[in-house]
Parts: sequence; C-alpha cells; structure tokens
Amino acid sequence: MLDLFQKLGHKTLGRFAALGRSTQMLFGALVNMPNFKKGTPLLIRQLYMVGSQSLLIIMVSGLFIGMVLALQGYTVLVGYGAEDSLGPLVALSLLRELGPVVTALLFAGRAGSALTAEIGLMKATEQLSSLEMMAIDPLKRIIAPRFWAGFISMPLLALIFSAVAIIGAHLVGVDWLGVDSGSFWSIMQAQVSFQQDIVNGMIKSFVFAMIVTWIALYKGYDCVPTSEGISKATTETVVHSSLAVLGFDFILTAVMFTS
Amino acid sequence: MAKLVKNVMESDLSQSIVEIKDVTFSRGDRIIYKNMSFNIPKGKITAIMGPSGIGKTTMLRLIGGQLKPDSGDILFEGNSIPGMTRKELYAARTKMSMLFQSGALFTDMSVFDNIAFPLREHTQLSEDLIRLVVLMKLQAVGLRGAQDLMPSELSGGMARRAALARSIALDPELIMYDEPFAGQDPISMGVLVKLIKSLNEVLGLSSLIVTHDVTEVMSIADHVIIIADQGVIGEGSPEQMQNHESELVQQFLNGLSDGPVPFHFPAPAYDDELLGVHNA
Amino acid sequence: MNSRKLEILVGFFVALGIAAFALLAFKVANAGISGSGETYQLNAKFENIGSLKARAPIKVGGVVVGRVESIFIHPKEFVPVVNMAIDANYLCKFSDTTSISILTSGILGEQYLGINPVIAPDSAEKRCMGEDVTASADDAGLDDLFGVESKALADGDYITDTKSALVLEELIGQFLFNQGGE
Repeated sequence: MLDLFQKLGHKTLGRFAALGRSTQMLFGALVNMPNFKKGTPLLIRQLYMVGSQSLLIIMVSGLFIGMVLALQGYTVLVGYGAEDSLGPLVALSLLRELGPVVTALLFAGRAGSALTAEIGLMKATEQLSSLEMMAIDPLKRIIAPRFWAGFISMPLLALIFSAVAIIGAHLVGVDWLGVDSGSFWSIMQAQVSFQQDIVNGMIKSFVFAMIVTWIALYKGYDCVPTSEGISKATTETVVHSSLAVLGFDFILTAVMFTS
Repeated sequence: MAKLVKNVMESDLSQSIVEIKDVTFSRGDRIIYKNMSFNIPKGKITAIMGPSGIGKTTMLRLIGGQLKPDSGDILFEGNSIPGMTRKELYAARTKMSMLFQSGALFTDMSVFDNIAFPLREHTQLSEDLIRLVVLMKLQAVGLRGAQDLMPSELSGGMARRAALARSIALDPELIMYDEPFAGQDPISMGVLVKLIKSLNEVLGLSSLIVTHDVTEVMSIADHVIIIADQGVIGEGSPEQMQNHESELVQQFLNGLSDGPVPFHFPAPAYDDELLGVHNA
Repeated sequence: MNSRKLEILVGFFVALGIAAFALLAFKVANAGISGSGETYQLNAKFENIGSLKARAPIKVGGVVVGRVESIFIHPKEFVPVVNMAIDANYLCKFSDTTSISILTSGILGEQYLGINPVIAPDSAEKRCMGEDVTASADDAGLDDLFGVESKALADGDYITDTKSALVLEELIGQFLFNQGGE
C-alpha cells in the first residue's frame, strides 16, 4: 500500500519537475529578444522547415475534409430540405473546430515529430553541448527560432486549411450536388461572424501552436540522447501534444462558445 | 643533468591553466569524485587517463562549467568557474574549446560553414577575412580540399579533424579533447596524435586529453594524471608513471585483466549461486 | 539550399496564409457588416421569447441590421429582456413607436427578431443625437396626430411595442378554448 503511494508521489514529483524544466527552457529561449540581424535568417529557415514544408499535407487534408464534410452534411440536411444550410454547417465546423484542431494534430505529426527528432539528434551528437562550449546559448540559437516559427506557422496553416476546405466543400456541395451557389455563400455569411468564429478560431490556433511547439521542443531537448530515447521522445511528442490539443480545445470551446 | 631537467619541468608545472581543488561531485547517490585535486600545467599536453566509467568526460564538463561540483573549486586562469555568472562563464568559454568524441559538427552546414561558425558568432570580421582564417585552419588539419562537403560525407577521422579545425578557429588557450582516439583506425590515429602535438607546439596552447588509449597518449603527453576510485591515484611525467609503485596504475598502464580492479563484477559466491542457494 | 530559394518559399507560404485569411474574412464571414463594426444597444421586453438565442439576427424587411447580444430576465418585472446590438448607422433612425416581433425563418428554421420600423422625424433624430432644435411646423403636425411627442430610439433605450414568439401549445389551447366557447 505504501509502495503505491510512493509510486504515485514519485510520478507526481517527476511530472512537476518536467513541467518546471520545460518552463525554464521556454523562458530561457524567449526572455531576451534575439538579435534581429542574426535571428531573421534562422527564423526564415525554420519557417521553411515547419511552415512551407507542412503546406502540402495541410492543403490536401483540408481539401478532402471539406469535401467529406459537404458530402456528409448534404445527405443529412437534404432530408429536412435544409441543404441551403450546407455553407454555414461546413464553415462553422471548420472555423471553430476542425481548422485549428486538425491542423494542430497534423502539425504535431509532421513538424512536431521532426523538431523533436532533430533536436534529440543534436543532443545525441553533442551539437548542443558543443554550442554551449562555444559560448553560444543553444536555447537562443536552436530553441527560440524554432518556437517562433511554430508559433507563426500554425495559425497560418490553420487559416489555409479552413480556406481550402471551404473551397473543397463548395466543389462538392455546389458543383457536384447542386446546392445553389448564392445561398451557399450568403447563408454562410449571415451565420459566420468574424469576431466570434474567425478570431476565436485563430486564438485557438495560437494556443495550440504554443502547446505543440513547446512540447516538441522540450521532448527533444530533454530526451535521453540515444537512438531509443529519441524514438521514444518522438512518439511522446505526437501523443502528448495531440492529447493536450484535444484537452485544451474542450476548455477553449467551453470558454468561447458557451455564454 | 637529469636533475636540472626535472627542476625546469617542476617550475613549468607551477604555472597552471586549470586548478582542481578538493572537488567532490556525485550523480544521484553515486559519488564520482571525492575531494580530488590536481593542476593542469600551462602550455603542455596533459593526459587524464583511467578505466572507462570513471567520469573522465564529466571532468571536462566540470571544467567547461556545464556541470557544477558539489563542493570544492575549479579555477581557470585563476578564476573560479563554479562561481562565475552566466556572462562571465560565456566569456571564459571563448578562451577554451572542446573537441567532442563524436566531433559534434553541425549537420546542417558544410565543413567551411562549420569552421566559420564560431568566427561569425563571436567576431566582427568581414567575410573575406573569415574565409582566410577558415582556409588556414583547414590547411592546418589537411582538409582544405573538403571545405564544401557536408559532415555526413566525411569519414570518422576526417570529421574529427574538421571538428579540431573548428575548435582552434578562435585560437583558444585551452583545448580539451574527449577521447580523441576512440574508434579510429591506426592511420587516422597517427594523424591525430601528430596534429595534437604540432598544434600544441605551434599555437602555444594548453591541451587536455581525456582517453584510455595508453600507448598513443604516453607518446605525446608531458604530464599524466590517472584517475580511479573517485580520485587521483597517480600523477607525473610519462616516465614517472611507468615506474609508479601503485598496483592500480600498473594494472591500468599494462592492461592486465585482473588486479586491484577485479575481473568479476561484484557477485555472490559462484558455488552458492550455481547450487541455487539464495540469501533472502 | 540557398537562402534566396528559402525566402521565396517562406514568402509564398506567408502570402498563401494571408490570402486564406482574406478569403475567410470577406467571403465567408463578410466582416463588413456583422463583424467588428460600431454598434449601439437596444432592449426589448417580451412575454415569451420561444427559442430565440443569443447571436440571432435582427432584420428589417429581411436585411440584417444587428444581432442579439444577450437574453436575461428583468430583475423586477420577471419577464425576459433581449439585449440587441444594432449597426450604428441606424442610431436614432427608429422612432419609439417602432415594433419588434420574434419570427421564425422557414418551418424548422432559427428564430430571429423582425423590426417593423417607424422612421423617426428629423427633429427627433437631431434631438436624440444631442442637437438642439426647435420643432418645425411639419413635425408639430405629426406630433399632434399621435397625440404624443415622438422620440427617436437612442443607445440603451427600450422598444416597448413587442410581439412574443408563437408557442405551439398556447396556440392549440387558444384554439380549443375558442371552439368550446362557440
């Protein structure tokens, strides 16, 4: 019995210690603004790595999710003669939920795991130690540009995802299933509010961006520097950030969309 | 004559670049060093040797300030490393450099950029001047022809030489080599031995080599420190060490399989275990 | 990869993101009207609001002029009060004789608020805007006609003429009662 408590206590303390270390890492990376002359090329490189490189998967997934939503929504709505409401159905579910959440999940799988593996490998090959011995702070040089790149990229990716998905829904709903194009857009416009739906969706996206990038960077930075440790850290990045995104999504939705 | 040489050496030894004073360091419950003290002379090649797992790399990290000792002090050019602020530590680190076991070249840059990296970060030199310095350093390690290769295209020995070029890019006062000979073929090993020796002479810097390759290092070291059992068990010139009275030193230097460091990992009596006697 | 190509690809990515934002803001949400534009508040007490919800549209002849901000119970009179945000372009345009009713779009549609506007006379509008005017002859005639001085609705005012939502049970009850009476 006491063993059980001891185990629980050990686990809890371990979790808190990890939280402390990760906060320390993030704080260390962000506390002084990086020098712009040296920082900008690094940031651009990372924006390319995490942003531009994720573009394809985000756009393809967005297109298909939009098309599926339209198809499924249509078959249900047509039963009530309400197929004109397809536009708002698709737009609202994308802007409020699917856009930010699916983008965050895909981002965790595509860019988050890559970040963890890259930093883990840098640690295993002593590149991080070597930077430190060259009197260059790896938090500023390695962690900070990657964090900002993730933080900037993900909301942009979520916007692209939603836009492409709505185009996909239009493709299926209007061009294939014959919903009236005018009512598709106008009812959508009447129902979707910029403030309530788009801005809130973007806030969600920024929160998810921070969570996913933070977890990915921390897992890489704190991993056991062996091949086994890196593979474990990469898996943990995807699992933990996905769960964290879904959990925070519920909290944010509860705060934003219930009055 | 012999006495004179010895006196000269001793007066040289009194000038130390690094002083380890009464350092105790532990990881978790395991004590790695207990009240250890020794000095690393300036302008010489010093070798720290010892059985594997004894914490030799840890020693380098302590000197580099990446780890802090539990007690005791480490002086670099007379300044206490554990007592430094972050800024002072970073300033001190520009005067030392470390050659990691794996080379630790940045995998996303070419060899040229790797060597230019510390120069670009820490100096205001123009690109032309940086190019000149980098080419000089590459020439010194014989890799000028490999400047445009990526680290993944280098062999292990070449990667280590490129890393060596990077670690001398800023003309440090102290270079620390972490197992420079581990996993090298005889030719690269010979090249590295020659490089370490010539760099030390030409650039007038101090070298600290951590290794367990006894023969290679005994041929170039001016000063040898052997660490075992949480402390220094022997210290002196290579000749002094060869004739050291400690059994442990002799076992290590001559590579005997059994001696003060037992062949067997501590275990219950062999007979008892085979017969299935368990002490509960 | 050279830095020029890198920068072009990042620029492409950012431009695409901005284009997506523009598409969502203007084509999907129509940020022009229902968005962050200036609004003013009106209130209306109802007997029964049916299934009217916050964010329901407020229409004049089918054109959206605002949205329901919140719905709460009046602390003293214990009737539902609907708080509305109306486009500021219509500030002081409606007279206090304007009526408002809860309507349903389609058979299964959402409930919304329909305003039957009575346009406030110029003098009332100006008074409401805080300008000092003496009533002109025309307005005096109009005021006499209604027997009261007409007033424009300003920020925070109540619309008094309200028509509640139709509740099916009440309708049926009324119908049966009338049947029984005959």
